[in-house]
Amino acid sequence: MLMMSSAVSSLTVLLIVVFLFSEGVSVFNESPLEDDMIVLINSSNPINDISAAQMKLIFDQDVVSWNELGGKKDSIIRFTLDDVHQYFSESEIGTNFELLDNKIDSLVEQTPGMIAVVSTIAVPKNPKSKVIVLKNISPTTFFTGKEWFPTTRPAVQMGALPLILGTLWVSLFAIIIALPIGLATAIYLAEVADKRMRDIIKPAVELLAGIPSVVYGFFGLIVIVPMIQQWFNLPVGETGLAGSIVLAIMALPTIITLSEDSMRNTPRSMKEASLALGATHWQTITRVVLPNSISGISAAAILGIGRAVGETMAVLMVTGNAAVIPTTLLEPVRTIPATIAAELGEVPQNGVHFKALFALGCILFIITLIINVWVDYKSRANKS
Amino acid sequence: MNFIFRTILASLFLISALQVCAQKIVIKGSDSVLPLAQVQAESYIKLHKNANISVVGGGSGVGIAALIDGTTQIAMTSRPIKLDEKFKIHQAKREVKEVVIAYDALTVIVNPKNKINKLTREQIEAIFRGKITNWKQVGGDDMQIVAYARETSSGTYDFFKDKLLDKKNYAATCLNMPATGAIIQSVSQTKGAIGYVGLAYVQNEVKTIAISIDQGKTYIEPNEKNTKNKTYPVLRPLYFYYPIKSAAIVTPFINYILSPTGQQIVKKIGYIDL
Repeated sequence: MLMMSSAVSSLTVLLIVVFLFSEGVSVFNESPLEDDMIVLINSSNPINDISAAQMKLIFDQDVVSWNELGGKKDSIIRFTLDDVHQYFSESEIGTNFELLDNKIDSLVEQTPGMIAVVSTIAVPKNPKSKVIVLKNISPTTFFTGKEWFPTTRPAVQMGALPLILGTLWVSLFAIIIALPIGLATAIYLAEVADKRMRDIIKPAVELLAGIPSVVYGFFGLIVIVPMIQQWFNLPVGETGLAGSIVLAIMALPTIITLSEDSMRNTPRSMKEASLALGATHWQTITRVVLPNSISGISAAAILGIGRAVGETMAVLMVTGNAAVIPTTLLEPVRTIPATIAAELGEVPQNGVHFKALFALGCILFIITLIINVWVDYKSRANKS
Repeated sequence: MNFIFRTILASLFLISALQVCAQKIVIKGSDSVLPLAQVQAESYIKLHKNANISVVGGGSGVGIAALIDGTTQIAMTSRPIKLDEKFKIHQAKREVKEVVIAYDALTVIVNPKNKINKLTREQIEAIFRGKITNWKQVGGDDMQIVAYARETSSGTYDFFKDKLLDKKNYAATCLNMPATGAIIQSVSQTKGAIGYVGLAYVQNEVKTIAISIDQGKTYIEPNEKNTKNKTYPVLRPLYFYYPIKSAAIVTPFINYILSPTGQQIVKKIGYIDL
């Protein structure tokens, strides 16, 4: 019976991981173009391939001439099916659209600077104009791309770098804030406080762990965000710092409980030896207790980071979610869990965007796996 | 053997009988129309006990695709049908009819302390594309602009992009908020903020902006008069598409939506009646 249940639970974990990765990895075989779409340019145009990023620049009208992409001096004329009626009358296309495919093909052939993104059914089998095949989304573009526009047309932009860096950035500062406070509390609880104080503080700290994260998020949005805006005189309070502070509060219980436990495990004989040699209480703490429990403390810190990395709701509500690579703490950032939570609800199933969110989930899984292995290694070092 | 045969016959009869008495209507499509269609269906079912209507989201394109496959009786969309969709419908030898059931409008909002009252479409585009970053560039105080947008997969995100950003992409520096309520909250507590919400959600904590689409010659206020006469620029019709073949099944429901009772519901949910 016991074996059965453990087998079932480990099998479930395995299945989830396999599912996550099979969905996530499949994003790398997808075209950034919408389904059934095709890109045509004039056959005299020397350009042979266009990247997804260049497509966005073209359709945002940030690139207006082909020579900016290494082509001729012609200016770029964009064409999509929405523009059909600007070029052709109803009768030219034919009432049943039977003339549409050849019309579009010859239009592109007659207009040197034109780029047409149309559905495949609106193009003849062997078009005279040049068909551009966009490169599939590759791991390189996914991990190093700087733009996250997963729903933009005609070609989606899947650059996860700002999200990965945003997650690590917010978590890193959360731990920098939480570690000193958590460590001080742990030392106080383990070495200084009398039993009565400890009986009050310890349950209070543990209570922090039981508050739902959406409550932290709401608290952050109403209290911390306006506070940060005033203190630093910022145009906007939804910043990485707000996220870090909220996460720091959330990571505190983990850090305090674990590091206090490891401090308490310092052998009594060692502490007494130190005191007998004439060391003060404070010297004993810094020279004997802390070095002895350092591996437990670092395990606590790493677990705290783990909590921060995977936290969704609280961060979603306070960081502003702008997908830019973070340079300071006082700007909005977007994290991986917040992205998944915000976008998964309305995404069409099995599309590119859907798979990309799973790929983000894989990244998150790998980050937390590394953290867990690290904790394991640290606590093993503690035992030996 | 005889018993099995009889059971199969009986169940076949039962299935066909069920199909006759409850003509099931499936409505599929845009998530922006979903809340409206849902409430309409609920109140319709209250009046007609044997009506069987189910409403499913997924996006305008998904709805039209289902209409082509014949898996849905009504496709709800927040945009007119596209040319290639018309083409596919023609290939599938179906003829569809279009009905506008309501209108949806977006308002651009700023913090009440901001002295700006009106903006041109070009200025709004430049603000959300990150080309204009300070209010003094559009005649306001020297204050950094903070642009709030909705999540990328929200229908409102695309609506705003199509109508006011000339289909160009938002700047990456825009703050993406998960809900309309969050945008109102943030705009009301951030002095340099600008955002957009459905017209019906506007409250006193934020100020609405008049928009010009003719380079500043005339500015149009987002109010009931301008949405009624359709001069307000950030307005879109919401459509139902249905195959002419199933007109008999769907028209009672569509007529209900177009009736005064149905249009009252449209107003109550936060859309604009016809």
